[in-house]
Amino acid sequence: MRFLRLQMPLMLTALAGLIPIVAFFMSPDVEWSQWLKDRLERYMVIIASFAILLGVVNVVQSNVRKIERRQKGWPYGATLLFGMLAMATIGILGSFRVGPFQGIGYTPDGGRTPFQWGAEFVFSPLQATMFALLAFFMASAAFRAFRARNLEATILLVAAGVVMLGRIPFGESILGGRPYLAKFTEWLMDWPNAAAQRGIMIGAALGAASLSLRVIVGIERSFLGLEKNE
Amino acid sequence: MDLLNLTRANALLLFILFCTTVLIFIGKARRGGSLFIRRIAGLNAIDEAVGRATELGKKVLYVPGIMSLDENQTIASLAVLGHVARMTARYNTDLDVPNKDPLTFAAARETVKEAYLEEGRPDLYTEAMVHYVTYDQFAYTASVSGIMVREKPAANFLIGSFYAESLLLAETGQTTKAIQIAGTAEIAQLPFFVCACDYTLIGEELYAAGAYLSREPAQLGSIKGQDITKAIVGLYIVIATILLLFGSSHMQDLLKIE
Repeated sequence: MRFLRLQMPLMLTALAGLIPIVAFFMSPDVEWSQWLKDRLERYMVIIASFAILLGVVNVVQSNVRKIERRQKGWPYGATLLFGMLAMATIGILGSFRVGPFQGIGYTPDGGRTPFQWGAEFVFSPLQATMFALLAFFMASAAFRAFRARNLEATILLVAAGVVMLGRIPFGESILGGRPYLAKFTEWLMDWPNAAAQRGIMIGAALGAASLSLRVIVGIERSFLGLEKNE
Repeated sequence: MDLLNLTRANALLLFILFCTTVLIFIGKARRGGSLFIRRIAGLNAIDEAVGRATELGKKVLYVPGIMSLDENQTIASLAVLGHVARMTARYNTDLDVPNKDPLTFAAARETVKEAYLEEGRPDLYTEAMVHYVTYDQFAYTASVSGIMVREKPAANFLIGSFYAESLLLAETGQTTKAIQIAGTAEIAQLPFFVCACDYTLIGEELYAAGAYLSREPAQLGSIKGQDITKAIVGLYIVIATILLLFGSSHMQDLLKIE
């Protein structure tokens, strides 16, 4: 039991962590290391595909429970289940080319199958709507961040003002067509901004490497759901 | 036939240097050596956030990012989730963990279940706490935003790997007046979190979170080893830059890999 719960997951984790490292440092002529790496990547895709089934089962179970108990927001659960079942049914019927459901993409004459219609005229607009909200949220976040409360916030405000003006034609026109702001923007982005970003990136890369090492040697095991002293 | 890819010999040397340093400090920590790790405000605020949710009788929302378990940030996030779940179990506070990735979902469920067992409160754990939403990025964002607006959690944790949804989630959480703790190593998303959240774990702070919260000597030792390597890398960059100013690119060229 202890082997199955503790030792085997840790051994598999170490193995899965070591294979890509070994493959990276091995010569491309060493076929077995590349073969192992490719196999590992394939297994990951297979495992992830099975895991999606687990997710779908959970979505159905949790929403059916919500509807049965008339919990707060149950109509949203009903809508979700309806959408999921409708698209799954149309998709499966399309895959087997049953009746009017001939495929899941475009028909030979360029028309849309019901599945493609649902994806293009229902799903995509909903996705686009969510993404479009970003513009409004960006404006509200900028409004809050750019209040000159202290020295740091004031520097941020000035830098953001310069960068915004430097990226639009209006910035050039207010200086009589001279590209000073654009050049200053370029300098700000390429030097102070890039330096800060690279500092964060170097720290994050070393942090990621350190975490990977902890996972491979079995010190970090929280992702396996194991207790501290297990 | 060469066994090793010699064009990557410099990377291999760096890898060995890094692993040796980290393992030396892990060994030192295990032998009981004293290690100082600086205070990380965002991690200290976790107690405050869960405490606030408990006082208000509202739930804690934990979003473990949108990536799978092959992403280090997700693994770091699960370590923080374990800590948050132990606290919600201790204080009998509701916890909600919506997931986008099915593998992350399975791991998050085990993490939370184990945390409740560890705290001696398996009776408080329910399967509904950790649930799967969808594999689509924006559908997931819509669902989590809906939870924030309708159920108004008192504390939102946005910790892991995030992309375009970072600001959508953080701003929605901000409008609900929840205390927000975010953490990511995605450079492009950090400004959004800094603007919209109360605390942000920046890059390496996220990776150090599990070790910092667990206070386990072996894990803290790895952080120390990582810091020493960072100091060596920093020193190397400074010397290489000075040499470059004098026209020698030798040290810079040494680090190039194919």
